[in-house]
Amino acid sequence: MTTAVNQAMVEKYKGNFLKEVTDNVEEGSWVKMCMQCGVCSGSCPLGPHWDHPPQELFMMIRANKREEVLSSTSMWMCTSCYNCVARCPRGLPITHIMHGLAHYSKRMGMKPKHQPTEQFGQMFWDNLTKKGRVNELKLGLGLYFKDGFAEGVKVSMGKQKLGLNMMKAKRMSPMEMLGGHGVKDLSGFHAMLKKAEELEAARVGENTDAK
Amino acid sequence: MKIGGYLCTGCGIGDRLDTKSLETVAVREGRIGFCKTHDFLCSQAGVDMIKADMAAEGDEKVTKAVIMACSRRAKTESFHFGATPVARVNLREGVIWIRPEGSEHDETTQEMAADYIRMGCAEAKAMQQADASGEQSKNNHIMVVGGGMTGMTAALEASKAGYYASIIEKADHLGGVMGQLKQRQPERSPYQNPQDTGVAALIAAVEADDKITVYLNSTIAKTAGAPGRFEVDIASTVGTGTHAEFGAIVQATGFTPYDANKLPEFSYGKTPNVVTQLELEALALAAGDGPIKRADGKIVENVVFVQCAGQRSQKEGHLSYCSGHCCATSIKQAMYFKDTNPEIETTVLFDDIRTPGAGGENFYRSAQDKFVTFRKGKVSTVDVKGNDLQVNFKDLILDEDAHMDADLVVLATGMLPNSGTDIDTMKDKDASGEIKVPVTSILNLNYRQGPDVPHLVNGFADSHFICFPYETRRTGIYTAGPVRRPMDAGQAQTDAMGAVMKAIQAIENSASGRAAHPRSGDLSFPTFRKEGCTQCKRCTVECPFGAIDEDEKGYPKYNEARCRRCGTCMGACPVQVISFKNYSIETVGAQLKAVDVPDEFQEKPRILVLACENDAYPALDMAAMKRNESSAFIRVIPVRCLGSTNTIWIKDALGSGYDGVVMMGCKKGADYQCHFVKGSEMAHVRMEKIGDTLSTMNLESERVAVHEVAITDIDRAPKLLDEMVEVINRVGLSPFKF
Repeated sequence: MTTAVNQAMVEKYKGNFLKEVTDNVEEGSWVKMCMQCGVCSGSCPLGPHWDHPPQELFMMIRANKREEVLSSTSMWMCTSCYNCVARCPRGLPITHIMHGLAHYSKRMGMKPKHQPTEQFGQMFWDNLTKKGRVNELKLGLGLYFKDGFAEGVKVSMGKQKLGLNMMKAKRMSPMEMLGGHGVKDLSGFHAMLKKAEELEAARVGENTDAK
Repeated sequence: MKIGGYLCTGCGIGDRLDTKSLETVAVREGRIGFCKTHDFLCSQAGVDMIKADMAAEGDEKVTKAVIMACSRRAKTESFHFGATPVARVNLREGVIWIRPEGSEHDETTQEMAADYIRMGCAEAKAMQQADASGEQSKNNHIMVVGGGMTGMTAALEASKAGYYASIIEKADHLGGVMGQLKQRQPERSPYQNPQDTGVAALIAAVEADDKITVYLNSTIAKTAGAPGRFEVDIASTVGTGTHAEFGAIVQATGFTPYDANKLPEFSYGKTPNVVTQLELEALALAAGDGPIKRADGKIVENVVFVQCAGQRSQKEGHLSYCSGHCCATSIKQAMYFKDTNPEIETTVLFDDIRTPGAGGENFYRSAQDKFVTFRKGKVSTVDVKGNDLQVNFKDLILDEDAHMDADLVVLATGMLPNSGTDIDTMKDKDASGEIKVPVTSILNLNYRQGPDVPHLVNGFADSHFICFPYETRRTGIYTAGPVRRPMDAGQAQTDAMGAVMKAIQAIENSASGRAAHPRSGDLSFPTFRKEGCTQCKRCTVECPFGAIDEDEKGYPKYNEARCRRCGTCMGACPVQVISFKNYSIETVGAQLKAVDVPDEFQEKPRILVLACENDAYPALDMAAMKRNESSAFIRVIPVRCLGSTNTIWIKDALGSGYDGVVMMGCKKGADYQCHFVKGSEMAHVRMEKIGDTLSTMNLESERVAVHEVAITDIDRAPKLLDEMVEVINRVGLSPFKF
């Protein structure tokens, strides 16, 4: 499915990636307004760890580097500190654009492999949509075991004391392991999500069909 | 007929100084008629007292005054008495504010005040009342050279202000470069879309104005005279020439586009599909409301703009400077394409986008909003690929070599000023590797120093970039528009208005014999004692304003309406025959001789300070306002410009027992701040040669120091004086104390 959408998008925009971003990415219409001053890149606390800081991503979009942008790990590095948004002289909502790009790359099936932020994001979503409430015990353990069983046991043993203290302070219940709590109208919640997914698919389909 | 002395005891002068003994000094030693004290001299009562004395009859009439109060830069309105010469003695900023209190200092502080009073009295005696020469009457007709945007605006502004204007245009129509454009950058909010150039409306307004005369197909064969009496021969390529008289001149000769044939790397000339911005305007005009087509008729679908083509580059044959308008022009031209068809690819490859002003920034945003792509990249080459082009560049953000296809490439080339001949290179042909611009003279001035206004750098006409941007170094001739510095149409129109205002000032000033700035209103002018003149021509060469010609017999001819009254000629004269009525070798010489030089056993050195009245003197005044302590041994004499300093003053000072001389002028060089452009530089040159004088007198060369001081050097200026005090402490007192 995702590759089909991806293919459709490539065909539709014929190498005009800026237009594609403008039409499909959340707040993507702002990308063209970047004046390449680099204040965002200089303001980012994690800047040195990004492959391509925001300013560079915007330039790559204008230079039609679709593959490189969408498979980049960069936008997944954003921690939403909003430093860049506060400082951008052109008022670009850079944080939102980063999240929009990350979302779009995932939808196009081009997300980077083994990117922890992306993995945790998926885990969180799956955890949340199951019962309508976040099961913190399962989410935490899931994160510990994400890199395999042996690694999971090692991390869990290390955090043993913390876990016991949280249980003593009634901050965490071991009973959550057995199903856990959820929202009152669970089927209604699932129906709502299903409808939202349908609407989103229709919107994307509409966009790709309107060649 | 007498000199009146007026001693103010206000502002603490009376508390700090023994005014009774100062009165005695003024009358007995200064030998002036009388000395009155007042405890608030600048008050109405004080000023009325002075005016009453000046209005008196017969022997009681005061014809010159010595005001012993504050700095000459303070209370200028109160102590202005028409043409009556006034000497100001600076007891407040010059003495009490820079001297510490306490009985151990009282003796030297009092001596300082007494010396300044002796100096003031001596100056007053040497001064004479200055009167206008009446050399020219009023001519309220302005000649505007150039019939482009700037010239037409200047002519219309002159007409609106009630003056007459004549436009001299080389071409057979008005409009200039702006007349070749389809549209211009917006000049009003919201600055989003290109607008009409307005040239047609300007031409119509000029033609309808009965105060404006237009000479088409015309150039200037000869310009003679001075402000208020310019005599101009206008040559015509189609008819007979005309002779006309003008009061002032505005030179709005604009620019010539840089020759893109010097850019073979961008394939200019190899294919008609690489064009300059001006050539694109022609394509856009030909297209009208339809799509823009290339020379081969193909509709342009993918256009690339190359910014800074042959500009802001140190390569030989390129322009080193930014032409200012080209970024906004490319933005405007990209909109020509986007506004007819948003699907056309428009890419601007820039190094730095420069769109000055809020309007420029909004225009840039508007282009981004219209999907004009801006890529920061340095273009290396443009290759011809069949019928199309490939632009090779280095992307400066992604730091990689890249290329893109285009079917039209537009080069943003720069502007070269039409500033006529470079009179400095006429003298010194291989002066530098600077680009040589226009070859023929524009004004054909018959001035001794050359036929055109002097240039500063890159062929642009010189103007005082800080204080007097429209001024040239030829009084009564004002440059406006891109001949002065690179600029866009909006700036050129503002420039035109400014230049016309200055031209009107020049007309009014010259009619009544007054000086232009910075000595606005000064009625004095230089004269010389013919019997003494050796015809060495140094004054005619050194005058920063080309004011001095030579008469048939080889004597200097002063043309005082061209003169700015800086006194550089007076400083240059080796036989000291040049003087102004109220400023001369004598007015300063008498002051420095009036100082009481104590014998060497008293161990009280005397240091003469010659300070430029425009920058260094106010800097010292402001240091005094901050109560910055200075030595009691300095004696400051303000000079009109350091350029007016004649070496005789230095010789006289050192010969009469002064221990050191400090000279303070403005910044010199290409980024000069000298109000008289070259005065400070001339003074520095002359003082380099003072070493010989010092060695013949067997004096140490450190005893004379020349400094560049800006008006903002409030903390530094007093330190320079302290340095000289230290030097004197080190090398010892002068042996010339008798």
